[in-house]
Amino acid sequence: MRARHIRSFIGTALTAFCASLGAVALLLIFAYVLLQGFRALNPAFVTQLPVPVGESGGGVANGIVGSAITVALAIVIAMPIGLLSGLFLALFGRGWFPSVVRFLSDVLSGIPSIAIGLFAYILFVAPFRHFSALSASFAFAMLMLPVILRTSEDAVRSVPREIREGALALGMSEYATTMRIVVPAARSAIITGLLLSIARVTGETAPLIFTAFGTPFWELNPSNPMAQLPLQIFTYAISAYQSWHQQAWAGALLLICAVFVLNVFARLVLSPMAKR
Amino acid sequence: MIALEAPLRVKALSAYYGARRAIADVGMDFAKCSITALMGPSGCGKTTLLRCLNRIHEILPGARVEGEVLLDGENVYESGMSVIELRRRIGMVFQRPNPFPTLSILGNVLSGIPPGAPRRERFAAAEKALRSAALWDEVKDKLQKSSMALSLGQQQRLCIARALAVNPEVLLMDEPTGSLDPISTLSIEELMKVLAKRYTLAVVTHNMQQAARVSDYAAFMLAGEDGVGRLVEMDETSRIFTNPSDRRTEDYITGRFG
Repeated sequence: MRARHIRSFIGTALTAFCASLGAVALLLIFAYVLLQGFRALNPAFVTQLPVPVGESGGGVANGIVGSAITVALAIVIAMPIGLLSGLFLALFGRGWFPSVVRFLSDVLSGIPSIAIGLFAYILFVAPFRHFSALSASFAFAMLMLPVILRTSEDAVRSVPREIREGALALGMSEYATTMRIVVPAARSAIITGLLLSIARVTGETAPLIFTAFGTPFWELNPSNPMAQLPLQIFTYAISAYQSWHQQAWAGALLLICAVFVLNVFARLVLSPMAKR
Repeated sequence: MIALEAPLRVKALSAYYGARRAIADVGMDFAKCSITALMGPSGCGKTTLLRCLNRIHEILPGARVEGEVLLDGENVYESGMSVIELRRRIGMVFQRPNPFPTLSILGNVLSGIPPGAPRRERFAAAEKALRSAALWDEVKDKLQKSSMALSLGQQQRLCIARALAVNPEVLLMDEPTGSLDPISTLSIEELMKVLAKRYTLAVVTHNMQQAARVSDYAAFMLAGEDGVGRLVEMDETSRIFTNPSDRRTEDYITGRFG
């Protein structure tokens, strides 16, 4: 009797301890980055261009804008393909073909991002002998695709069968049933998947090294090399200068905040309040 | 028993889920402007039979049908009648109220009406349907509100209104009160009696008291040893409940099994 209680207590304590380790790790990272990065974070950091070593001040405005452009283009590429294939899998998901698609998508989601970056390099950089933000967007799109595909498939699948049957029983066509009833009912879960896929690539650095490449200047043309926030953090962090280290921490803080906000948004969209 | 006027007739109907046969050789008529109850224990195939009538059975993978379903003399499985036209002529109400969650109350009622018609006509049809479903007075001030804000009983009447708005000849109901409380059940039953003056109703019910209360005709189905559902008998409801011709019907009615 007593031994059983003790075992139960130890078991509960051990699992609770392990569960809290994960949360504590995140909190520690966030606290440390906040501590280090907050000092270098000021209006100039988000509005100015980088300055040469030795000069004080300067910022990563070009990297923020560059990252935003690159991610936005990746969404434009990945969203339609991911949504439509997710819809296909949810509606016609039987037989060998959908199973193969699903399996390949799972494999794709496990491929290291640096390998995908190399792939984008071979495809879009090497033939033109020119780095470009577009090739980075392509690499990002490949990373987002499996996330969007699986979340949108699950979202459409989770719409109760009665809803679909109700629409068909009214004499609606398959197309109208899907577009006017089923997809809207899955809307919030689809948007959540999109936001999570964006969060997935926002902090990616490895594929950028040989695609977007980075530049210290303003560049808004996606067919040219473009500054990227994660790349700037990388460059600053491995440099020898104290002032650049400071800026790397501030950049990391910005990135973490962006990912955090995306995740919170994703939660809000899914909450029952938003469904009403 | 052949009713004089039956817009809907079933002949030698069998339905399958993949290799499994769910119902076999069902033949029956649904008399015009009356309520026909389909009764029987779980697994007897009464819901499958109902779902064959508007061809919603076949949307499940591997599901198929043999035999004939005649709507005004036309076999719905053969003629040039499209599934869409068929389902406009034979409406359906499900066991669990299934209003479309992202549409308003009005949007739900309008959803089956072709979007081509003028706005005023569509709205008039929606109001008529809501009145027929005895829901208009309760929702007329909140037509733009979400359908999910209604009570379950109201949601079910909304689903009936949605089906009526398409202007069908036949209305299929699959245990329409199966998930409702007694008071909502009563209001739906009252509504069914009113609707039977204008529509031909086929109602699956688990509940014998309900069949006795509302239906004009009753069919009793039973799954045999092989698990395949068959029609045991069909007759006027009063006869089924007082003097059934089959022993098994009597056993079921008197509560000896089921």
